[in-house]
Amino acid sequence: MYRLTIHELHERLKGKEVTAQEAAEVLLKRIQEVDPKIKAYLTVTEQEAIKGAQEADRRIAAGKAAPLTGIPLAIKDNMCTQGIQTTCASKILEDFIPPYDATIVKHIKEQGGFFLGKTNMDEFAMGSSTENSRFTVTRNPWNLETIPGGSSGGSAAAVAADACIAALGSDTGGSIRQPAACCGVVGMKPTYGRVSRYGLVAFGSSLDQIGPITKDVEDCAILLNAIAGHDPLDSTSIDLPIPDYCAALVKDVKGWTVGVPKEFLGEGMDPQVEEKVGAAIKVLEGLGATVKEIALPHAGYAVAAYYIICTAEASSNLARYDGVKYGFRAPGSKELMEMYLETRSEGFGPEVKRRIMLGTYVLSSGYYDAYYRKASQVRTLIKEDFAKAFDQCDVIITPTAPTPAFRLGEKMEDPLQMYLSDIFTISVNMSGVPAISIPCGFSTGGLPIGLQIIGRHCEEERIIQAAYTFEQNTDHHTKLPPLT
Amino acid sequence: MKVEIQEVEHVARLARLKLTEGEKELFTSQLNAILDYMEKLNELDTVAIEPTFHVVSHQNVMREDEVQASQPQEAALENAPDKAQGCFRVPKII
Repeated sequence: MYRLTIHELHERLKGKEVTAQEAAEVLLKRIQEVDPKIKAYLTVTEQEAIKGAQEADRRIAAGKAAPLTGIPLAIKDNMCTQGIQTTCASKILEDFIPPYDATIVKHIKEQGGFFLGKTNMDEFAMGSSTENSRFTVTRNPWNLETIPGGSSGGSAAAVAADACIAALGSDTGGSIRQPAACCGVVGMKPTYGRVSRYGLVAFGSSLDQIGPITKDVEDCAILLNAIAGHDPLDSTSIDLPIPDYCAALVKDVKGWTVGVPKEFLGEGMDPQVEEKVGAAIKVLEGLGATVKEIALPHAGYAVAAYYIICTAEASSNLARYDGVKYGFRAPGSKELMEMYLETRSEGFGPEVKRRIMLGTYVLSSGYYDAYYRKASQVRTLIKEDFAKAFDQCDVIITPTAPTPAFRLGEKMEDPLQMYLSDIFTISVNMSGVPAISIPCGFSTGGLPIGLQIIGRHCEEERIIQAAYTFEQNTDHHTKLPPLT
Repeated sequence: MKVEIQEVEHVARLARLKLTEGEKELFTSQLNAILDYMEKLNELDTVAIEPTFHVVSHQNVMREDEVQASQPQEAALENAPDKAQGCFRVPKII
């Protein structure tokens, strides 16, 4: 049963073939079996899951099953869950128990969905391998010696290992799509502002977005239906009507124009990734789409501009961790400044400190114009590139990541090399448009390769339709990792 | 080298971080490598380009000034490392 998708389990729950409690118990047992190897979870919330399942069963019995009623989910540990610790994989929030639910958690609970636990991540979502977690190293279910991607590596690994039915992640520069690609699952970063960020621990506020990580594209649409929408508690959330994303589950791209940026092929790319993505483009062409070479001339500047903007925003956002109102406080300080210094130095890990340092530097007196303002101007150019490209095509296709999952430890000594693993995903966050990663094949070593489909602002339906069409005409999403 | 170790010490103070000698050296070399990479932005002429700070139109969002429920005091203090008489308690400030 743990292999089921949301829509398959929903049918069985509605048909009274299984109960939500049975589903919860099966998944909790699956976690016990596989998670000692994968280590996708930081906290497993057994009691809450059973309680949530029992409530769902009452709702199903009353004939009021919504698409998520009784579905066991996992959630990245940077989204606030009332009464359940939310650590951000950081020592500084190790004992933090939120007194409220994030808006998306509220939406899912209202539908009768429930959570099996909180998943591992890079500390404060800063990383591309989940190795920056202060607590544990998550492994890729396809090969235990490789990274699951990051920062939502726990959520992606849990979905790939069938240790949940679906999961939520967050994406600031690729943190949903890159781990989804590494783990061979579907991951979407919606348009900036489509999903409320209320209750998401802030990293780069102008870039962060919550989104689904699922076993197939249909589940992605179902989960997006549940979490998208305007929220008065998030002043950056978009106040526009939300379509039914499931209505976009149509197998048809005839007459569509698929843009392929010439800048994204070539340098630094693994030949196998290039080959599989090329084959995927051919599949869409065979289904009636026209392929057009497009230009994103400033794409090569996105990583440099991104690491100025996201670290600047992070240095400001993370100033709140001072040991006063919540979280860790270093013991024994005699005066306030000492307490701040000791608390933050002990509480944050190396990558978080590095980014706070970089962000503080680029914002500091004398450097603001040279770095932060410059990067924000380049951001305008990147945004305009996409606007021009979308005048000529309906969706844009790129690889999600330049290589399949790399080996654990391979890039930990060189932060810049780690930053470059997000080279294809970052410009999407910089311009705020939506994008999805879906499996499009495997390397000779048996590691999944991801295809990124990018759409216009608020046109998630289009990327769902393109992704669904590709998925339903291929079988990459049906392959299972070599776990027992 | 763009950044000397003294500058790293200054930035750490601004960021309220206390770095070990090892961290200072490591961050000095890593920040230099990262900032060197960022030099490539200077290949672009951006004099006439408006900066983008936010991708959605950002106008102030207002609501009616009415009383709404908020966190009760006990819940707000629940996670405090130290508290007294309904307040957060911190070490001596002056």
